[in-house]
Amino acid sequence: MATQHQRSLARLMVAPSVILLFAWMIVPLAMTLWFSFQRYNLLDPTQTGFAGFINYTYFLGDPGFWTALWNTLLLVGGVLAVTVAGGIALALLIDQPIWGQGVVRILVIAPFLVMPTVSALVWKNMLMNPTNGLFAYAAQSLGFQPIDFLAEIPLLSIIIIVAWQWLPFATLILLTSLQSLDSEQMEAAEMDGASAWSRFRFLILPHLNRAITVVILIETIFLLNVFAEILVTTNGGPGYESTNLTYLVYSLALLQFDVGGASAGGIVAVILANIVALFLMRGIGKALD
Amino acid sequence: MARKVSTTRKAVMTALAWGIAIVIFFPILWTILTSFKTEADAIASPPRFLDFDWTLQSYAEVQSRSNYFSHFLNSVIIALGSTAVGLLVAIPAAWSMAFQPARRTRDVLMWMLSTKMMPAVGVLIPIYILFQRFGLLDSRVGVLVVLMLINLPIIVWMLYTYFREIPAEILEAARMDGARLWDEIRHVLAPMAVPGIASTALLNVILAWNEAFWTLNLTTANAAPLTTFIAGYSSPEGLFYAKLSAASTMAIAPILILGWFSQKQLVRGLTFGAVK
Amino acid sequence: MGSITLQGVRKVFGDVEVIPGADLQIENGEFVVFVGPSGCGKSTLLRLIAGLEDVTSGRVLIDGRDVTQAPPARRGLAMVFQSYALYPHMTVRKNISFPLRMAGMDAAEQARRVDHAAGILNLTPYLDRRPGQLSGGQRQRVAIGRAIVREPSAFLFDEPLSNLDAALRVNMRVEISELHNKLKTTMVYVTHDQVEAMTMADKIVVLRAGRVEQVGSPLDLYRSPANRFVAGFIGSPNMNFIEGEAAARMGAHAIGVRPEHWNLSTTDGAFAGRVGVAEHLGSDTFLHVDLDGGTHVIARAAGEIPVDHGDRIWLTPQDGRIYRFGADGLAA
Repeated sequence: MATQHQRSLARLMVAPSVILLFAWMIVPLAMTLWFSFQRYNLLDPTQTGFAGFINYTYFLGDPGFWTALWNTLLLVGGVLAVTVAGGIALALLIDQPIWGQGVVRILVIAPFLVMPTVSALVWKNMLMNPTNGLFAYAAQSLGFQPIDFLAEIPLLSIIIIVAWQWLPFATLILLTSLQSLDSEQMEAAEMDGASAWSRFRFLILPHLNRAITVVILIETIFLLNVFAEILVTTNGGPGYESTNLTYLVYSLALLQFDVGGASAGGIVAVILANIVALFLMRGIGKALD
Repeated sequence: MARKVSTTRKAVMTALAWGIAIVIFFPILWTILTSFKTEADAIASPPRFLDFDWTLQSYAEVQSRSNYFSHFLNSVIIALGSTAVGLLVAIPAAWSMAFQPARRTRDVLMWMLSTKMMPAVGVLIPIYILFQRFGLLDSRVGVLVVLMLINLPIIVWMLYTYFREIPAEILEAARMDGARLWDEIRHVLAPMAVPGIASTALLNVILAWNEAFWTLNLTTANAAPLTTFIAGYSSPEGLFYAKLSAASTMAIAPILILGWFSQKQLVRGLTFGAVK
Repeated sequence: MGSITLQGVRKVFGDVEVIPGADLQIENGEFVVFVGPSGCGKSTLLRLIAGLEDVTSGRVLIDGRDVTQAPPARRGLAMVFQSYALYPHMTVRKNISFPLRMAGMDAAEQARRVDHAAGILNLTPYLDRRPGQLSGGQRQRVAIGRAIVREPSAFLFDEPLSNLDAALRVNMRVEISELHNKLKTTMVYVTHDQVEAMTMADKIVVLRAGRVEQVGSPLDLYRSPANRFVAGFIGSPNMNFIEGEAAARMGAHAIGVRPEHWNLSTTDGAFAGRVGVAEHLGSDTFLHVDLDGGTHVIARAAGEIPVDHGDRIWLTPQDGRIYRFGADGLAA
């Protein structure tokens, strides 16, 4: 609601952001799409020309793809389950009257602020290493055989590392949401004779609904793109055991220099992400209103 | 009004919360401790918690062997630069969307959010090839621009939610008081918007500092920020725990401090204003 | 000088016609109140005068000059907003002097005018505070101060008292009226509260759905409302309407009697009923009465009346105080 002059000025001011983002999305995406139909390998310049769907059939037919797809789902789903459930529990705990709440908050939020390469390397070497790691020492002193985490259970290890990074995020957001809960509402429920469990089930959980949706959305965006943690710990191995889609496309492109194949992989990843996004945006659109 | 809680209950809850918090924080604590050990102490068995010879030797070695501070400087330039450019582009957009919302403003905002959904690998190859062709690989400018673009939706959103809290009536009052557009921005809008812009900048610095897909793929040596530099420790030679810890401690310290001061802004920025 | 003329002013938002076409003359020095239920377009009309909204068609004249296309700052008007719209980062002094600073006035004159306004409004001790440190009433005064210093040709008030508590509202109402007596500047005041309208206005403009229903002095509107809407809106408690046979007997579709225009009796009268709730205020007594025909009416009597819940009572309209309305709602 304003005058005409102000409206046209407003359009002008939004334009740079929209144009930049549009260019950043569309130009490279179009190129990826184009490459995905080309024979194009940086190591073999004789390979040129239209490839039809060969890159796609090759990529989708590769057993590595299905493993990577499954790993991606496990990684996203696993981390989401741990961080949302753990985040709710932790937020409820920190929200209790306790001494030193501020310090506890600071300690809990810290892992989120650590850059992924650092957290992955610290876990890989100083905690999970089978000879010098603390876990190995702990296992030995309890009389167990130490496990070589990243060789024997690589994907689970990565899920643990990533969950450690994202648990603070979920906790912080759920805690913030929890603190906006009307205390009179809780007292009214108490007067009505609601037990602690019913208060959680019928008041707290519905109140957290929106925050949980947001946590799932934001984490999914980042978890689909987990890369550094895999690169510095397992390099996707052994075999494809800890390769996710992002890492698979990366290795095709920058380790095997198969531009065509990697582009097909990139397009597949975009399509899959869009399917996920479609569901998520529906939820989040409501949450943001 | 504060509720009365029994001291026993409070003590139990406190112990539980502190226990969990320390477990969660432990890897970071351990890294910081290890950074002050010698390499031999770092892998000692049983592990030494506090009873070791405290030394700054690893910090010195990290710097002398690899010119650590040039990478630190790269991180600073990339994080601050991408933030500054991002704000420059985003402030006018967020301003106009907050104060002159059009019918499609909501859609534009949702579209911006949706660009964050695009997996990075969908555009990795063309960006890599374009960068190669234009000599932008391993250049600070290249990474700076990419990080600015990937964080632009978050910047716009966050600023938008802050600007929207500035009541439109105040701007109308300024207009009634004879303020022209420039006066309005300088005397009324800017002072009221500064806290929001500062929070947005803070969050963006944190995100850019820790970004580890594009920095790993687009930089190798000259322009490598700390993310890339630290990743180099994944295939080390010889004893390196203390040095890894020293390098890590320096890499995470600035952000830990920034982050601790800006927990609220972090929540708001990362949730696109949906949770405050 | 400060006369304001609206000629066929229309305002359309998208597909919605908010003001279908308003003609209005506001004389210099008048205190005019726009009153109506929420959504009636009164605020929009004020914003059209202020220049904060574009007029879709029609003309706005100030002192005979066509300002339809002029930006807000060029109209010589000052406005007090509902939320006060104070600049939170500026001190009270800076807030009040802001319009003068924008006009490029020299610092000495600015200071003189701010001190003068602060004196009038009892704000002198607070000049170096920020709005956040002030109470609601003080903020309100700062907003008024910001308007006064410009010496505008007219003041526009957009529901300025709606954020204050009841006691403060009465005080500020009196203060604004006194200010008007002192300054003798045109004031246009928007409210949904008919008590504010009745107590402050020289002239009331009653609006409904963007249309001007009636224009007149408070007592004109009270004595001779043009239609049933105005009759029901002006006066507190609201006028009682009785339809059906009783109205038909008086040759109307509906008759209206104000609560203060009933004669009460415990023995006989025109309408018999039973007392529901009796509110004894000492100075007045309000009786909520269910008439035998089923109609619910309110009667107001001066002083103390010894009736209570469940008592039988008879009500008779005072002579010449019955309003007759046709089926179209117009006064007959």
